[in-house]
Amino acid sequence: MESTNAKYVSQKISKTRWRPVSSSALQQPHIFATGSWDNEDNKISIWSIGDHGLPGMEDELEGDPQLLCEYRHDGDVLDLQFLDQDRIVTASSTGAVTIFHHHQNSQTISVARQWARAHRNPCDNAPCTGVVCNSPEIVTVGEDGRIILFRADQEGAVRIIENADSNSIHAVTFLRTTEILTVNSIGQLKLWDFRQQSSSPSQILSLTGDRVPLHCVARHPNQQHIVATGGQDGMLCVWDVRQGNTPFSLIEAHSAEMWEVHFHPTNPDHLFTCSEDGSLLHWETASHSDMPSFLQGGRNNSMISRSAMAPAGGNQSLISAWLAGDSGKGRLETTHMLPSQTLSVNSLDVLGQCLVCGTDEEAIFVNRQVPV
Amino acid sequence: SARTYSCPLEIVDRTCTIMCRCASPVLVSECLGTGGSVTMRVREAACSTCTRIAVPKMKSLFPRIKVTCQAVIMKLRRNITVTNDCVVFLNPKNIPAARDGMHLGFAWGPGDILVFDTVYKAAGQCGTTRSGSSLIHVVRKDEDIYSPILRKLFNESHHIFVGLQTIREDLPSKNKKPQFVSISKSYRSVIRACMEELQQVSILLAIELIWNLCEVLFIDAVPAGSLLLHLLDWVRLHKADVDEKAREVLQSESPVEHHGYWDVVVSYVLQGRLEEARQMLAKQAAQQYADKNMYKLMDNLLSKMPVYNPGSIHTLTEFDVKWRHWHEEVDRCLQDKSFASNVHLELICKILVGDEDTLLEHKELLSTWYHFLVTRLLFAHPTIKPTELHYYAQSCMAMFLDSRSAPETLDSILLAAFDFDIHQVIKDCSIALNNWWFVAHLTDLLDHCKLLQSHNLHFGSNLREFLLLEYASGLFNHHSLWQLAVDYFDHCPEFGRVYLELHIERVPLDTERKALKVLRICEQRQMPEQVRSICKIMAKRALRNNRLGSALSWSIRAKDAAFATLISERFLQDYCTRGTFSDLDLIDNLGPAMLLSDRLTFLVKYHEFHKLYGEKCFTEAAKLLLSLITAKIAPRSFWMTLLTDALPLLEQKEVSQTHPHLSLGLCDITQAFALLDDLTVICVFWSFQEEDIELTKVELLRLALARNLAKAIVKEGTVDA
Repeated sequence: MESTNAKYVSQKISKTRWRPVSSSALQQPHIFATGSWDNEDNKISIWSIGDHGLPGMEDELEGDPQLLCEYRHDGDVLDLQFLDQDRIVTASSTGAVTIFHHHQNSQTISVARQWARAHRNPCDNAPCTGVVCNSPEIVTVGEDGRIILFRADQEGAVRIIENADSNSIHAVTFLRTTEILTVNSIGQLKLWDFRQQSSSPSQILSLTGDRVPLHCVARHPNQQHIVATGGQDGMLCVWDVRQGNTPFSLIEAHSAEMWEVHFHPTNPDHLFTCSEDGSLLHWETASHSDMPSFLQGGRNNSMISRSAMAPAGGNQSLISAWLAGDSGKGRLETTHMLPSQTLSVNSLDVLGQCLVCGTDEEAIFVNRQVPV
Repeated sequence: SARTYSCPLEIVDRTCTIMCRCASPVLVSECLGTGGSVTMRVREAACSTCTRIAVPKMKSLFPRIKVTCQAVIMKLRRNITVTNDCVVFLNPKNIPAARDGMHLGFAWGPGDILVFDTVYKAAGQCGTTRSGSSLIHVVRKDEDIYSPILRKLFNESHHIFVGLQTIREDLPSKNKKPQFVSISKSYRSVIRACMEELQQVSILLAIELIWNLCEVLFIDAVPAGSLLLHLLDWVRLHKADVDEKAREVLQSESPVEHHGYWDVVVSYVLQGRLEEARQMLAKQAAQQYADKNMYKLMDNLLSKMPVYNPGSIHTLTEFDVKWRHWHEEVDRCLQDKSFASNVHLELICKILVGDEDTLLEHKELLSTWYHFLVTRLLFAHPTIKPTELHYYAQSCMAMFLDSRSAPETLDSILLAAFDFDIHQVIKDCSIALNNWWFVAHLTDLLDHCKLLQSHNLHFGSNLREFLLLEYASGLFNHHSLWQLAVDYFDHCPEFGRVYLELHIERVPLDTERKALKVLRICEQRQMPEQVRSICKIMAKRALRNNRLGSALSWSIRAKDAAFATLISERFLQDYCTRGTFSDLDLIDNLGPAMLLSDRLTFLVKYHEFHKLYGEKCFTEAAKLLLSLITAKIAPRSFWMTLLTDALPLLEQKEVSQTHPHLSLGLCDITQAFALLDDLTVICVFWSFQEEDIELTKVELLRLALARNLAKAIVKEGTVDA
């Protein structure tokens, strides 16, 4: 793709995240953070694309990520989230959770707070696999099956749910301010309500039977009951957490592990997934299109959609395109966002018209003209 | 004659006994550090008899845990060479352990050599032995793998490599050639991209220079006429400082008076860039009114020089005639001293006529013998055939280089290329360079061009595969680049798979995510053995950390029944001690996977019984319990618990009244115990009795069973009646 910029960075990238932009400014993001994995010395790095404020910047350099600063990270960066404009929370394979402070004036990074071995096993480290922020609250999950609630301004953990999972928890997201959703390595989605003191989930959803590990989860930005998950078999599932145990749609998206799924934050008819098979897909449900679905048939012949259930009652206009059931079948368009790749695309992030992703081939790809 | 020692060896013990991978002959090595040099002596030259690269047995050497040891980086292949009598020379400066008088042991690994102090006693020697250092040193063979900037080269070229392998075999070679040339160019552009970032570029420059020449001579294999044009491009690309100098001259206030002016003009002519030379000369001509005609004449000569155009209708012979005509004209100008009054123009004229002495007087502008070669060919033999190249190359090198100084490695590599001796080029590059990257990729490309078929190795499969395996093994040793190596192994038809199998099992697994990536590689290639081993490692680790659920999931993935049994046993033990089940989210969702082992089935069913009991479905609960006991999948040690669990059911008045067949069922149990398996029951009860604590329980059980039996007999009688 012409508008995609590749940069080889000499480290396998495990996570890429845009720095949030203030919603009032209506500007495109231009700073992002990356984390590396499997290196002897792992790093978190802050990059900038364009707008360096340098006069005479040539066009050809525009969009080429420039390294602003980097900082050593103990262990693989297994997850990375911006807490706010200046602070980044990382999850480490050592089990540590760290808040880094990015000083934008001096372009330096310092450690603001660290919870070493927040996740741990009796004999070994337990990697912290996922982190989600809702400033000042930070929720982390790990291979030790624990869920921990931290506050950025508090030294100790606010809440720890021991043995929340018999297996490893792979990802976590907020549903509401007090509710979170976790996915684990035996294909279950668990809802947790922090208002309840019990250490069992308020709800468990799963695809019956096969226990295929789930690796990622994303919540619809506007409709909190809609979540998308991706798993080891590359299957993309869209769930309505109010609607019980089966997903609304099941789509064969990738041929290997799906590492991340993201709804576009402002245009949730668009969804992005990336996978171990080396592809990055852009999904679009043409919810506003009036074109009959038979005119669009055949575009996604590789897909099967087993979604059957029509949404039960409710206000039709509020129903998302992702839950449109059968009628959504022919209206889903997919585009490959990357040139052919052989190694895994580990992470992606999309904000405004900008998309960034990182791969095991030690490259960062930036696309600044995502058609959303 | 020295050769690179690439026969893999395996260490047997720390006292320096070394076995060749080709198995039979045992080599004994001893290491003597004396003052300046360390000698490792291998007593038997067994490895030279190896006909194949046997599968390395690295298990003892490279366990999955990373050996933390002091790394020593040295250029192995330059400093360790094995001569025919198998003496290994190490450069001791790079190995701190190689102190005077100490003995070193070494062990060959897949990409590294391990070096360590040994306690060695020569025959008849006695006395105290000094204790050696406890450090193990890793001597890296492929040093360049560890350069952060070259990682870009490895990653980008990996992509090109994979693309090359997918070019279809059945295409006619005519269609493939342009593809190969473009792939060669992509490789070179990646090298060039790396050069921009690397401080010390000399090695990459040399690599690119050699590659480019190989592209012209071997891959593109251009015929006479075009050959010179390509060689000119080659020299121009690698002698780009002319443009820099020209820019400097042109940007000065008065270019014609700049001290570098004539150097630039002459350099242009030497590179055959006559159009640019004319433009430069025109500046001078504009100011030299006196010599106006002389400049005009020179401009005329330069503009008229024929250049071969491969696309034109003229044949090479026609071009040759035209060129000779022009050459005579230049020669005439020189003879009648047309430029005698201007030294610079006369010099240019002499160059145009191809005067060797004049060329050699300007060595500093040519800077290399191969530039001299190309310039000489340009003005003396423009229709040179590939087969004649070697003669001129050799003579040019001899003329250009000082006879006293020996040619450097680069010179002999280029000379071998001009000689079309591909194998010599590859061999020399393997020895001279710090990396396998270059030779592996170049050889692979040449092999695709079908240029290497005549040559057979007396070990391994063929040269391409041998070099790819070496390179990929180096990558696999790298903590991060190992993923790239997988694709290289995939394209080594003979030994790739065994190499991959042996390496992949030894990737350290720090996180589940990494384990999943490794598993994906194994599963895609149908390597069940490795899948099992990885899952087992993960399961064992989970078990060690008391993560029973996780351990069970991993052993189900590995389809490891024995381990699943072991874990189920732990679950049951935990239940016995705690009275509650853990990890129910998994146990209740196993589905058909519970059939993996009897014990696991029992665990799941037993929990189901508890669930039913808790839900007060006593009938179903009793039935399930009964089937559990009669199916005999319950572990013997668990019978007591089972029977105790049955107790409340036996005594349940409600149950026995409302569900007579339940008691009947339980009667069956009792009968079963009483009649069919007498001995076992006795044994079991006997073993129970040995423990005092259990005594009351046993008594209770007996009582309950007896009463139930009585009740059942009565009931049965009633029904019969």
